[in-house]
Amino acid sequence: MSLLSVKGLKTNYGPVNVLAGIDFEVAAGETYALVGESGSGKTTVIRAIAGLAPAQEGSVLFDGQEIRGLPERALRPLRKDIAMMFQDPVGSLSPRLTIGSLITEPYRIQGMRDRDLDAEAKRLLEMVNLPAHFASRYPYQLSGGQARRVGVARALALEPKLILADEPTAGLDVSVQGELLNLLNDLRERLGLAMVIITHNLNVVRHVADRMGIMYLGRLVEEGTTEEIFHKSRHPYTRCLLSANPEPDPDARLERIALKGEPPSLIRRPKGCEFRERCPMAQEICTQTPQWDIQKGHGIRCLAPLS
Amino acid sequence: MTETLLEIDNLGVDYETARGDLKALRDISFDVKKGEIVGIVGESGCGKSTLISSILKLTAPNTRFRNGEVRFKGQDLLQNNERQMRSLRGSDISIIFQDPMQTHNPVLSIGAQMVDIQHRSKAAKADKRATAAKMLAAVGIPDPEARLDQFPHEFSGGMRQRIAIAMALMSEPDLLIADEPTTALDATLEVQIIERLHELQREMHCAVLFISHHLGVIAELCDRVVVMYAGAVVESGDVRAIFHDPKHPYTRRLIDCDPGHIKERARVLPTIPGEVPDLANLPTGCIFRDRCEQAGPRCAAVPPLAGIADGHNAACWLNHKGGVS
Amino acid sequence: MEKPRSELSLILRGVARDPLGLMGLIIVGTIIFCALFAVWLVPYDPIAMNIKDRLQGPSLNHLLGTDQLGRDTFSRVIMGGQVALKVALPAVFGAMAIGLTLGMIAGYGPKWLDNLLMLFFDTIRSFPTVMFALAVVALVGPSLETVVLVVMATSIPTYGRVARTQTLTLRNSEFILAERAMGASMTRILGVHMLPNIIGVLAVLAAMDIPTVIALEAGLSFLGLGVKPPTPSWGALLKDGYSLIRQTPWLVVGGGLPIILATLGFTFLGESLRDVVDPKLRKNR
Repeated sequence: MSLLSVKGLKTNYGPVNVLAGIDFEVAAGETYALVGESGSGKTTVIRAIAGLAPAQEGSVLFDGQEIRGLPERALRPLRKDIAMMFQDPVGSLSPRLTIGSLITEPYRIQGMRDRDLDAEAKRLLEMVNLPAHFASRYPYQLSGGQARRVGVARALALEPKLILADEPTAGLDVSVQGELLNLLNDLRERLGLAMVIITHNLNVVRHVADRMGIMYLGRLVEEGTTEEIFHKSRHPYTRCLLSANPEPDPDARLERIALKGEPPSLIRRPKGCEFRERCPMAQEICTQTPQWDIQKGHGIRCLAPLS
Repeated sequence: MTETLLEIDNLGVDYETARGDLKALRDISFDVKKGEIVGIVGESGCGKSTLISSILKLTAPNTRFRNGEVRFKGQDLLQNNERQMRSLRGSDISIIFQDPMQTHNPVLSIGAQMVDIQHRSKAAKADKRATAAKMLAAVGIPDPEARLDQFPHEFSGGMRQRIAIAMALMSEPDLLIADEPTTALDATLEVQIIERLHELQREMHCAVLFISHHLGVIAELCDRVVVMYAGAVVESGDVRAIFHDPKHPYTRRLIDCDPGHIKERARVLPTIPGEVPDLANLPTGCIFRDRCEQAGPRCAAVPPLAGIADGHNAACWLNHKGGVS
Repeated sequence: MEKPRSELSLILRGVARDPLGLMGLIIVGTIIFCALFAVWLVPYDPIAMNIKDRLQGPSLNHLLGTDQLGRDTFSRVIMGGQVALKVALPAVFGAMAIGLTLGMIAGYGPKWLDNLLMLFFDTIRSFPTVMFALAVVALVGPSLETVVLVVMATSIPTYGRVARTQTLTLRNSEFILAERAMGASMTRILGVHMLPNIIGVLAVLAAMDIPTVIALEAGLSFLGLGVKPPTPSWGALLKDGYSLIRQTPWLVVGGGLPIILATLGFTFLGESLRDVVDPKLRKNR
């Protein structure tokens, strides 16, 4: 049984249809990446899972229990098992609290006051390779990479089963980015964590995700193992994303599949295939609405898939 | 041999802070030739922003120019007064900033802003508007005429950055400074912007100083690359030389770290352990020494930025006779 | 670990480093010191009459001269400071506490509650303070407590609105979202995470508000609607001086100078405080 199972998740903000039915599953210990342009709804997906964004329809099963629409009081015990990491490393830390109190905040919120919080703070800082004296610092005194580590430490404080991470490497330098990914990979193995990572950086996905889903306009358009998507992707949108990935090699200035225009309006969604107008390979048949088609774990929503 | 447009010569810049002088830039030397794209790569704290503001003389009040010159068409900009600088900025030298959401005035229409920046031209208002529409079309904004009347918030981030490029290029500058223009954008938009910039640059033959921490973008776009670390140039040279045959350990490590380089799933990604040194309290010797695996006794002295091959310079003792020992 | 005490000393040190802030600190410190120890500082009983020595100019015996009843003006100025602070401090801090609480509830609570509280704020704000004060005083008679209550009631909306705006901005920030994701309760989010980020702005507002309240108290006393004679108040001094200006200018000086000094002092302090508590400016230190 999967740890997290999302089915038909829909979110509307007034007339804006942000999520148009999202389905995916994450097994215990697995890392799943959601990839897409800004505005594709990936942040809304993980916030809706965590109950921080509305979801009018669908179901979110965590460990077999329905958690969509649960009141905050009922969610609180579950928050021990689901931790989140936010995009802005410094901005997601309460600015007037010391690092020590920030990383032990989960214990205080969950009412575990019998613990020796100073010792816990020390242990957590050590786990993310930060010196113990950082406990008395303030967020604004940290670099992006250090603040990100604090975020990881806080997310891991209660030994959750699932981490929802929003762009965990955003704003980090390349050298620090590697450190963070190594840390996540290591902790994931040691603690058996499952993770949902959202990012638009495909280079990052390749090294952390077991499976990945490509989102476009609040829907999944392709899903499969990371290997499969990187080497045998079939949806033109996925191909565009993959080719829009400048490589650090001046001789690899390759021919690209150019992605035309901008994503269409979420208020009046286009008829037929929603990617049609920007698709370099659109055909006659694409005026019809494509259905989700899944074979051997590789799902695709396209009427004219590439081979 | 093409003419040199911008020459940075031995530039040293300090910030006066409560903790003492912060040596933000030390002995920066490189040049930009006419019509050339030069990339500046470096991680946070390497001095990229200080360098740009020094070229434009838009520095914070606690900035002190310690030594060196910034020559633009042979004239030292550091000797210019504010009035002379103002006539350069936005005409001979233009700049595109990092955040497309904050570069436009929110209460003026795009058209009004694009007409306004042509204030030096004596053309009629209708002509200025036509020029503006033409520029919008050139950066790939559909229905440029109609969109001139729209306000910044009605454009997406990618479009706003393209408008910023259009506005920067309107004066047909000789030098365009692009400060991380794609960092705030998605990968797909990043590629669009870079390609558009490249096209326009070829058409207008302006030189570009392109600042980024994204190695892929630098490799894609630039003719030459300057690698900066902690306020110093550690290596500079042709883009192929830098990416295929880096001569400074920092450059080498930086390229190794880029996950775009690693095709197969890696269990452990390479990193550069340690922290950037404190610029208010500079360590002696080579600035990269504490984090360098190849450091030796000779690194206790600052290595000069010395030529290795034609146009390829690196500041590392490894390239000298006798190595680091 | 939760709240290091060094915060206050850090702020004070920041204010003292700024010349204007230091001046504000000195003036405000002197006023508070004089008010606290007024009883020991005054050379004469401020309400003891001495008809023989009436309307004297400044001398070594009477530093600021005497009034029409022979009372020592300097002593009355010092005691007046005590009265001014007795009105200003409770009124301003009371209004700040109530405004802060209501404003945070309005900003974080449900939309209907926000609308209701805003309606309440706007209603209060639509009364002009002085007219409102006149009406209340006319109704219940002049007293120090009345002045305090009126001033407090009318300044609640100012603090409430600022607190609400700050709360609204903070409520969508990532760190509040992070706290919600950990399951923090509303009281915890408001008290531990929002309050410390809002209080600085309100403290600045309060520091700038104190002189306004002092002037208001003086104004009401000048009109004879503030504190009752013979209690010395800066406003009452001005009022007496105003009618006796042809005989002696010293009463006006004695009443006016402290008002000007207090206004300057608290404003300097407020401005400098604003720069210090602004986290964006602080980061660069």
